[in-house]
Amino acid sequence: MEVGVEHRLSPTSTAAGLPDDGHVVIVGASLAGLHGAEALREQGFAGQITLVGEEPHPPYDRPPLSKRVLAGRMSADDTGLPQREDFEAQWRLGTAAVSLDRAAKTVTLADGDVLGFDKLLIATGARARPWPKVHEAALGGVFSIRTRDDARALQARLATRPRRVLVIGAGFVGSEAASVCRELGLDVTVVERSPAPLVGALGGPAGSAAGRLQRRHGVDLRTNTSVRSLEGDGVGRLRRAALSDGDILDVDVAIVALGAVRNVEWLAGSALSVDGRGVRCDAYCRAVDSAGQPDDDVLVAGDIARWPHPLFDGELLAVEHWDNAVRQARVAAVTMLHGPVLQHTALPAFWSNQFGVNIKSVGVPARADQFAVVQGSVENSAFVAAYGQQGRVIGALAVNMPRALDAYATMITNRASFPPVARIPDAPDPIRVLDTALPPLGQAAPDAGRPQPDEQRAGARPSL
Amino acid sequence: MRVVVDLARCQSYGQCVFAAPEVFELTGPEVLEYDSAPSDHLREQAERARAACPVQAITIGPAAGPTRDATAAPPRSAAIDTVGGQR
Ligand SMILES: Cc1cc2nc3c(=O)[nH]c(=O)nc-3n(C[C@H](O)[C@H](O)[C@H](O)COP(=O)(O)OP(=O)(O)OC[C@H]3O[C@@H](n4cnc5c(N)ncnc54)[C@H](O)[C@@H]3O)c2cc1C
Repeated sequence: MEVGVEHRLSPTSTAAGLPDDGHVVIVGASLAGLHGAEALREQGFAGQITLVGEEPHPPYDRPPLSKRVLAGRMSADDTGLPQREDFEAQWRLGTAAVSLDRAAKTVTLADGDVLGFDKLLIATGARARPWPKVHEAALGGVFSIRTRDDARALQARLATRPRRVLVIGAGFVGSEAASVCRELGLDVTVVERSPAPLVGALGGPAGSAAGRLQRRHGVDLRTNTSVRSLEGDGVGRLRRAALSDGDILDVDVAIVALGAVRNVEWLAGSALSVDGRGVRCDAYCRAVDSAGQPDDDVLVAGDIARWPHPLFDGELLAVEHWDNAVRQARVAAVTMLHGPVLQHTALPAFWSNQFGVNIKSVGVPARADQFAVVQGSVENSAFVAAYGQQGRVIGALAVNMPRALDAYATMITNRASFPPVARIPDAPDPIRVLDTALPPLGQAAPDAGRPQPDEQRAGARPSL
Repeated sequence: MRVVVDLARCQSYGQCVFAAPEVFELTGPEVLEYDSAPSDHLREQAERARAACPVQAITIGPAAGPTRDATAAPPRSAAIDTVGGQR
C-alpha cells in the first residue's frame, strides 16, 4: 500500500492518480468487471489488474440462462464470455470480498487476504431475490435463475418432465422461463401480483399485450394473484402451492422470479452511500460517500450502481441490463485513467426473447405515464410504442421491429415531444395515447386465467 | 473460442446467419440465437459473421478467465507480491 502512495505522487501517474504500474482491483468478476478490465487494457493501462469473484467461474453471460440454456439447446458451461486475445489479469475466483477500507485503500477477502489498490471497481451486481419463507425455499424443486449453476440444475429438472411448473413472478426472467416451459411442452402456471406480466418495466398496456401472448401460448397466467405457501412432501420435495385465489396447485417445480437483491453487504463499513437499491455514484461512475462527495479512487458499474442520468433530471437510475453493465464499466475505466472527463450518458437499453418474439426497449418506459403505439400493430405482433412523461418522449418499445428503435433513441436524447409524429406508412391513424397505469389496450383479453383449449398448442404463431 | 452478441445493439439484420450458418440462427422472425462456444474449426465462418455484422455487435475471443498457466498452481510467492498487505 505504501508503494501505491509513492506512485500516486510520482511523475508517471496519470492525471487521475493511477500510476502506470499501479494496481486496479475489480470486485465482481462478471460482465461489468470483465469489461472494466478490458477497457483499461484497451486504453493502454499496463499495471496490475486483479479480478475478485465470489463464484468459482470466470465471467459468463447470464441472458442465455433463462432462454437457450433452460431450453437445453446450450450447455450452462458454454456461457463463458470471450476476452481480448492478449488480456492479462490476476484472478481470485471463488473468493468473496468481505470489506472495503477506503482510508487504507484495501479490500479484505473471505480467505483473509488483503488487497491494496490504487483504484477499485465495485461490480458485485445482484443475486436472485429468494422466496421469503426460508423453510419453503429450501424444498427440493424450488429454483431461482441467476447463476450458471442455478440454470444447470433447473434445466436438468425440466428435462425430467415435471407435471407442472409454477413460475412466481412475471417479470422478464419469469416470463422467459415460462416461454421455455411451453416450448418444452410443459404445463406452466405463472402467478403475478400485478394486473399483467412485465408491468413494472413496460407499463399496463404493453403488459396486457404480453399477458395475451402468454395465454395464447398456453400459459396458465394468474394475474392479481400471489402464492400464499409452498408445501412439501414427507421428504422435503415440493408438492403443492396454495394461491391467493384459493386454488391449490399440484406442482413439482417452482421457479422463484421475484427480481434481484443488490450485493452490497460487503460495503457495510465503507462509509459510502449504499442501501438496498445499490451504491450511489456520479455520472463519471465515482462512488459517492455518505457525505455526498465522490471518491476518485472507488468506481461503480453494472447492476449495483445508481447514478444521476443527465437526461432524467438528476433522479438516480439503476439499470439491471446487459448493455448498461458494459458501457458503465467502460466509463469507469476512463475515469480511473483520466479523471472525470467522460459521463455515462448512454440510454438504458435491453432486449428479451420470449414466446418467439423479439422485445427491445430504449430509455425508461418504467417512468412514463403515457403510452402510444406509433408504428405497426399489436395484432400483427410487430409494433413500436413510444412512452411519454410530461409531454416528452422518454422511452420506446419495439416488438419484432428492432430496426425501428434507433429513431426513437434519438427522439429521447433530443427530448422530442410526446406523442411523436412521423409521416410513415405504418403509423396508426390516429395515434391513441393511453395511460400506462391502466391495463387494457382496448381489446377483450381472455379474463379467465385459464388458456382456451385451442390456445394450448405450443407452436402457435407468436403475436402480442 | 467464445462468441457473444450484444443483443441490445443487434438489429436482426441476419447477415451473421448467412455468413456463419453453423454458429448463428434466427429462431423467430427477429429472434437471433447463437452457439457461444463453437468448435475451433468454425472460427473462419464466425470471423466472417463478425465482419459482416452491420452494427458490429459480435465479439469473438478466447474464453475469459485465468490462463492455464495461472490456474496450474500459481506460485504462492507471486500471489503475495500482488497483495498490498498481509494478514
Ligand atoms: C437469467 C437472466 C437473464 C437476463 N436476461 C437479460 C436480457 O435478456 N437482456 C438484458 O439486457 N439483460 C439481461 N439480464 C441482465 C444482465 O445479465 C445483467 O444486467 C448483468 O449480468 C449485470 O452484470 P454485472 O457485472 O453488473 O453483475 P452480475 O452479473 O450480477 O455479476 C456480479 C458478480 O459479482 C459477484 N459478487 C457478488 N458479491 C461479491 C463479493 N462480495 N465479492 C466478490 N464477488 C462478488 C457475483 O458472484 C457475480 O458473479 C439477465 C439476467 C439474468 C440473471
